Amino acid sequence: MNEMKHVISALVQNEPGVLAHVAGMFAARGFNIDSLVVGRTEDPGQSRMTIVVIGDNRVLEQVRKQLGKIVTVVKVRDFADVDFVERDLMLIRIHSAPEKRSEIVQLVGLFRGRVVDVARTSVVVELSGTEEKLEAFIDLARPYGIRELARTGVIAMQRGEQKKQAAGEEE
Amino acid sequence: MSPSNPHKMPSLIGKKGAEIFHEVLLEQGVEVMFGFPGGMVLPIFDVLYSSPIKFFLTRHEQGATHMADGYARVTGRPGVVLVTSGPGATNIVTGLANAYMDSIPMVAFTGQVKTALIGNDAFQEADMTGITRPITKHNFMVKRVEDLGRIMREAFHIATTGRPGPVLIDLPADVSMSKIDTEPDLTVDLPGYKPRTAGHIRQIKMAAEAINASTRPVLYVGGGVIIAGASDALRAVAAKGKLPVTTTMMGLGTVDESDPLALQMLGMHGAAAANYAVQECDCLIAVGARFDDRVTGNVATFAPKAKIIHIDIDPASISKNVEVDIPVVGDAKDILSRMLEFIEPRDRSPWLAQLAEWKKKYAFRYDASGNIKPQEVIATLGEMTNHDAIIATGVGQHQMWACQYYGWRRPRQMISSGGLGTMGFGCPAAIGAQVGAPGKTVIDIDGDGSFSMTMVEVITAVQYKLPVKFVVLDNGYLGMVRQWQELFYGHRYSAVTHPCPKFDMIAEGFGAKGICIKDRSELRDAVDATLKHEGPVVLAVEVEPEENVFPMVAAGKSLHEMLMGTLA
Repeated sequence: MNEMKHVISALVQNEPGVLAHVAGMFAARGFNIDSLVVGRTEDPGQSRMTIVVIGDNRVLEQVRKQLGKIVTVVKVRDFADVDFVERDLMLIRIHSAPEKRSEIVQLVGLFRGRVVDVARTSVVVELSGTEEKLEAFIDLARPYGIRELARTGVIAMQRGEQKKQAAGEEE
Repeated sequence: MSPSNPHKMPSLIGKKGAEIFHEVLLEQGVEVMFGFPGGMVLPIFDVLYSSPIKFFLTRHEQGATHMADGYARVTGRPGVVLVTSGPGATNIVTGLANAYMDSIPMVAFTGQVKTALIGNDAFQEADMTGITRPITKHNFMVKRVEDLGRIMREAFHIATTGRPGPVLIDLPADVSMSKIDTEPDLTVDLPGYKPRTAGHIRQIKMAAEAINASTRPVLYVGGGVIIAGASDALRAVAAKGKLPVTTTMMGLGTVDESDPLALQMLGMHGAAAANYAVQECDCLIAVGARFDDRVTGNVATFAPKAKIIHIDIDPASISKNVEVDIPVVGDAKDILSRMLEFIEPRDRSPWLAQLAEWKKKYAFRYDASGNIKPQEVIATLGEMTNHDAIIATGVGQHQMWACQYYGWRRPRQMISSGGLGTMGFGCPAAIGAQVGAPGKTVIDIDGDGSFSMTMVEVITAVQYKLPVKFVVLDNGYLGMVRQWQELFYGHRYSAVTHPCPKFDMIAEGFGAKGICIKDRSELRDAVDATLKHEGPVVLAVEVEPEENVFPMVAAGKSLHEMLMGTLA
């Protein structure tokens, strides 16, 4: 079976130990996390975890079910069969000698990023998009010299109207 | 627990945490607890001083958890454990892991240092929620006395519903001591916990059709059927469809092994007939079982000709190890009861004849000459107790022989550590079983290695006048490890011998009766004396030192590739 990236979203109760529980479950069962993002939702009692996991469909199914078993995990969905939007946000500090600066700014413009800080020999760029887009930018930035890089990891949301119980959703 | 419980929750205003703790225990119908006191649980033990709840003081906290476990297996009610913080708490880790692997309902309370000291490496502090997260169904730390009652209700609810399991509540000392001044909200609030119980009718019908269409079906039954109280429903389905039944170790007793449809246990040390049946069947119906590696052998060649139906309450068990054709998620009792009407009687005589032939040809047997054989001790126990005793075991050769030779008749009769394989489980588990079944004969069939780990709990049996019979099959070896070293490591016996103490004298020292025999002629009289004695007895039987358990499916082999050894 082919290994691929899957995006899973879990609504969890905002309680101490939830993150440790989820992360521990992934480690104990040998699932491979590519990224894991936790953030608040509109409900102060609940947070959303967006997890990118690598594996075949069977692994994905186990991940979904094992997540569902955790008492503080309220809802799990994966985006395997639905159209969805994903975004990853990156801050990247690129070495920029003064003569290279405009070239870099142009590149950032092509990617619809923003220069958020300019120093004598470097710039900080903010860029968001799919992981592929970010990877492409990183590749192009590498020759200038990457000083520092930070990414949030992927968050995702289904496109269009949400059906009451979408496919692949488990409570 | 008991829905018609007479205890009504009084107003909690003005009560201390320890009193709230006690009120909720009474509300939950808790009658017994097992544990060990200590500094951080002193306020709670003070409340227990005048409580109707009977507290069993053990010699070691691990023993308390196994007793609670044995109690839960026999009664179907949650076992309750209370220990102090730090070492008291870390000592229950094995017992929690054991209960978790075997889906045993348990609620364990650990004392904790005061909330203000948590994280400071205080005296007897251990991060119990962190330590036990992977080995409990869920755990809680109570930080405010207002939350205590609700959390306890949630803990009992989680422990006893769906696929049961242990739940731990970490209880800081100041929470037990502080008073509450407003009526707390005790409503269970678990938005992420909704175990599915009713099976889907479409799946049930589909499963029944597959069973009806099969010519060589086999029911493969696990502990889930016992937990669900579904043994009668299972027997009805098997009888109506003429479906032969093999059980896992955890499932022993779901069917009466004297029934012609019973194939006994399958797996690594299962009956050859059961293993052949699985490998040859065209429809395998797994119920409350989880395709454990000790059952399947090489997964790739497991039940190769079969359409696989899997009935289980835990969706995560479906297609975890073996790809399932027809999953039915839900409570086994609900599903089997509703499936019964769709099962059609079929003439399966050629298949049943084949199975009967295998059963006869490959029946468990031993050579009753020379030293006393461990198998004959168990067979004798079975016969002399009319196969009606509750049997607990340790882990190892004696455990497998108990599975093979006792002759199981009913559910909740077999108390043994399945998933975790915890040596030392037998002695305390038998004591807990006796607490749960006061009028019954309870026997711990143990090995010298396993018994040595926890035999100190015999004192607990003496203290509370629990007439448990401990039968120790003493071969002077850690027998199962020795067997592997003999068969797969060229007889290089490494760290498997130990000088066995005189178990009968230890028993006498502990205040129990001790008997030791080594000759076949003494066996029946010794068993008779053991069973007739009114108090706890340790019967040590010196048995053939290098007897092996057969059949045996070696690691990585397919179920039908058994080493038959002396059965060949």
